[in-house]
Amino acid sequence: MQTTIRQRFENIDYLDIALWVLRIVIIVAVLWGTVATILDNPYSTEQWLDFLIFGLAQGSLYALIALGYTLVYGVLLMINFAHGEFFMAGIFTATVFVAIPLDASGFTDRHPIWALLVIAVVAIATSMGIAVLTERVAYRPLRRAPRLVPLITAIGASFFWQYFFRGLYGSGITAFPDVALLKGSWTILGLEILKSQVVVIVASVLMLIGLYIFVMRTRMGKAMRAVSEDKDVAALMGIDVDRVIMITFAVGAAMAGAAGVLYALMYRQVHFFMGFFPGLKAFTAAVLGGIGSVPGAALGGLLLGLFESVGPCLFLEGLGITSPYQLKDVIAFTMLVLVLLVRPQGIMGERLAEKKA
Amino acid sequence: MTMETETRFNWGEIVRLGLLAAVIALSLNLIGLVGTFAGRDIIGGMVSVGHVFLFGAALGCGYIAAQRFSGGGAGNTLLGGLVIGLLSSLPLVVLVLIAEPLNLRQFMPYVSPALLEMLTFGQGQALGSLILIVVASVLGLIGAGIPLLPSRVRQPLIWGLAAVFLIGLLAEVIILAWGNQGLGLAIRRFVFAARGLSILGASLVFLIVVGLSAWWNSRGEGIKARVNALPPERQRNLRWGGIGLGILLLLFLPMFLRTYLTEVIDNVGLFILMGLGLNIVVGFAGMLNLGYVAFFAIGAYTMALLTPSEYGVAGLSFWTALPFSVLAAVLMGLILVIPVLKMRGDYLAIVTLGFGEIIRILVLSDFLAPWIGGAQGILKIPNVSVAGMELVKPEHLYYVILAGCLLALFVSWRLRDARLGRQWRALREDEDVAEAMGINLVKTKLLAFAIGAAFAGMSGAIFASKLGSIFPHSFNLMVSINVLCLIIVGGIGSLPGVVVGALFLVGLPELLREFAEYRMLMYGALLIVMMVARPEGLWPSEVMKRELRAGSEEPLPAGFVVSSAER
Repeated sequence: MQTTIRQRFENIDYLDIALWVLRIVIIVAVLWGTVATILDNPYSTEQWLDFLIFGLAQGSLYALIALGYTLVYGVLLMINFAHGEFFMAGIFTATVFVAIPLDASGFTDRHPIWALLVIAVVAIATSMGIAVLTERVAYRPLRRAPRLVPLITAIGASFFWQYFFRGLYGSGITAFPDVALLKGSWTILGLEILKSQVVVIVASVLMLIGLYIFVMRTRMGKAMRAVSEDKDVAALMGIDVDRVIMITFAVGAAMAGAAGVLYALMYRQVHFFMGFFPGLKAFTAAVLGGIGSVPGAALGGLLLGLFESVGPCLFLEGLGITSPYQLKDVIAFTMLVLVLLVRPQGIMGERLAEKKA
Repeated sequence: MTMETETRFNWGEIVRLGLLAAVIALSLNLIGLVGTFAGRDIIGGMVSVGHVFLFGAALGCGYIAAQRFSGGGAGNTLLGGLVIGLLSSLPLVVLVLIAEPLNLRQFMPYVSPALLEMLTFGQGQALGSLILIVVASVLGLIGAGIPLLPSRVRQPLIWGLAAVFLIGLLAEVIILAWGNQGLGLAIRRFVFAARGLSILGASLVFLIVVGLSAWWNSRGEGIKARVNALPPERQRNLRWGGIGLGILLLLFLPMFLRTYLTEVIDNVGLFILMGLGLNIVVGFAGMLNLGYVAFFAIGAYTMALLTPSEYGVAGLSFWTALPFSVLAAVLMGLILVIPVLKMRGDYLAIVTLGFGEIIRILVLSDFLAPWIGGAQGILKIPNVSVAGMELVKPEHLYYVILAGCLLALFVSWRLRDARLGRQWRALREDEDVAEAMGINLVKTKLLAFAIGAAFAGMSGAIFASKLGSIFPHSFNLMVSINVLCLIIVGGIGSLPGVVVGALFLVGLPELLREFAEYRMLMYGALLIVMMVARPEGLWPSEVMKRELRAGSEEPLPAGFVVSSAER
């Protein structure tokens, strides 16, 4: 019996202790902050609901972008760092070449639905084009290289596209023209909700459902799932793996392009750096939901959006932190670390084999 | 048979290369590289860097075409080059024609009248477009012609052109460093024009370099053989003599360079210091850390808080605060690495990036502003002083930075082949096998992060004292990317590579102010090009070279960092 006790002491992993301490500290901080905030109650119910709706809208954008990460990770086991730039490229191009001229000519006022449709088509097409080009030039030649190599090219591609579009359209913030149709708010179930937020949420949900059907029901979706299971076997089954990978990138980028349009409707501005942080957040969302899983990406995006909009007021304000909204990015990144520590497979992901994590 | 199909001349391929050249040339125009660099003359009044960007695609694609289809016969190849050049110029002609009627400038700010003036050589639309087409076609033809030359002629030619380009590019800097009296001035007036080289100077540089290169081509092998034939002891003496000479040169460098250039070298030195640190983490141990700037920031802020600055709490001198800065960075490294110990590869990269951002956001926030200044930063950090004398000028600080770099180089060099260095290499190759071999993963990883953080902390501390004030914006993600890029371009895991990479990627943009805006664009493109074309870097380490040479027998591109994570 003595030996077992000694063994137990010897087997104590100081790393595990440190990690447990970290977890406990964060949980205590969150609980403390929440309780303090609730006791103090600085916000009215309407304000909390506003935060909630805003979080849902923001979260559905994250979800749309996160799909791109999840799809690409599914087939290539690679973090496509440049995905946020696909999101930016589409809406930036569509704003400069379509939205602004259409608005100036008065077309947007006369036919708002058509104008939005044209903007969306241009944005999605540009995003897809950039994605396919990036895949062809920066990723395909490195398909068999060690995993860090494509990650480094992805980082390169991310900065390349950012500064490419900065050079192309200028470094300033470009205003996305107002669409009169989407101004103001609707009253739904007694709640005043901005029209743009309703459009963002509804459009995102529709697209998420559409993508889920595409992946689960169509031939191409089946091929994508086959490739993500095993590329070599998929090739033996007569699937053109390179083509499937290209289409995966294109589909992910199409979602990102659509998210770009919704982003512009919500925030009414575009600039060359707009893709970077939403990209990182969406990656966090994908990991949170379980990378490789489509419903997981959707759930992760919504959760992250909610945490980000409610979190600073709920957890941080109670801790006596001044201007907590500045720290909302800290919440997102801390969540990423926590998820990877506590449940690396995410909420809905399958348990990743060692080779994947 | 496959060889034959590869080398056979193929017009479809030629057209594709031509279109590629066209897209590249058009993009470089639209994003403003051509226009921005038009003012940087290589040969005064004749050729500018803008021209190189304008026609580089035609020349390069012509060269690639000729190399790829070497079996097609000289006539066909040259014609192919001509077609590529022609194709590359067509979108530019279209741009010239439609820019004004469509008012393209309202969409793309760089399509300015100045750019159109340059594209048409100031000769109006019709004649100008014609000149543009002819020049591009001829350059495509020349590009295709170069590989056809025998290597005896080709190599000196390329070296000569490269030398003219480099000296013309840096003309402003060279003039700045050049003496201003007597013979120096006379030579300078002769070789350099108001901007760039003079025509005479360019020819002179070209001829000298061509001559030298031709001489080395005929004699170089003999000299190398003679050196190799020396007894090992003499060889060693020779090597140490070379190192001694190098150190002597480094000691007297600020005397040759003026204040401005020393300032640039100082900045390069700070990046070398950081690069050496990241090289240990990424190059030796194979852990991609994208939040490296956090340690730099910690070093800088610790220095600012411990010295009698605006927010200073301790009032120490630079030298007493320096160890604490390094220690703080190391501690931070240890704290940050604990949660990521079990992560690998890409997850590690993203999480460290998140850490870097968390630190930056915290530093920037109002929450911590009462202690560390928030967005306003910390001012009035005292200068470095030695024996009561304040080191204010960059020439003086140079020695502090040089000492830091030499120390870091020495530590890295000794660690590389030590037990720890070999453990890191094993870790990089395959974590599981390394663990099975009895390597303590936790300890090795902690040490890699700690030593890497120490160098960055030192760099940050010197940085804070050098500037005298620090702002959160100096510590953004770009710094991490910058450092990562310089070690990858230089050659991952290679110590001289860090120095070369820093000179090239930090020094050059500081010298050429036009680069400021395109720095990150260049880095991004370089990361992709290096990974696809030359993953071992400009000055590869021995290990990488061996690995890549072994891998080159396989048809697939050999990689370099973590072969463990192979799928």
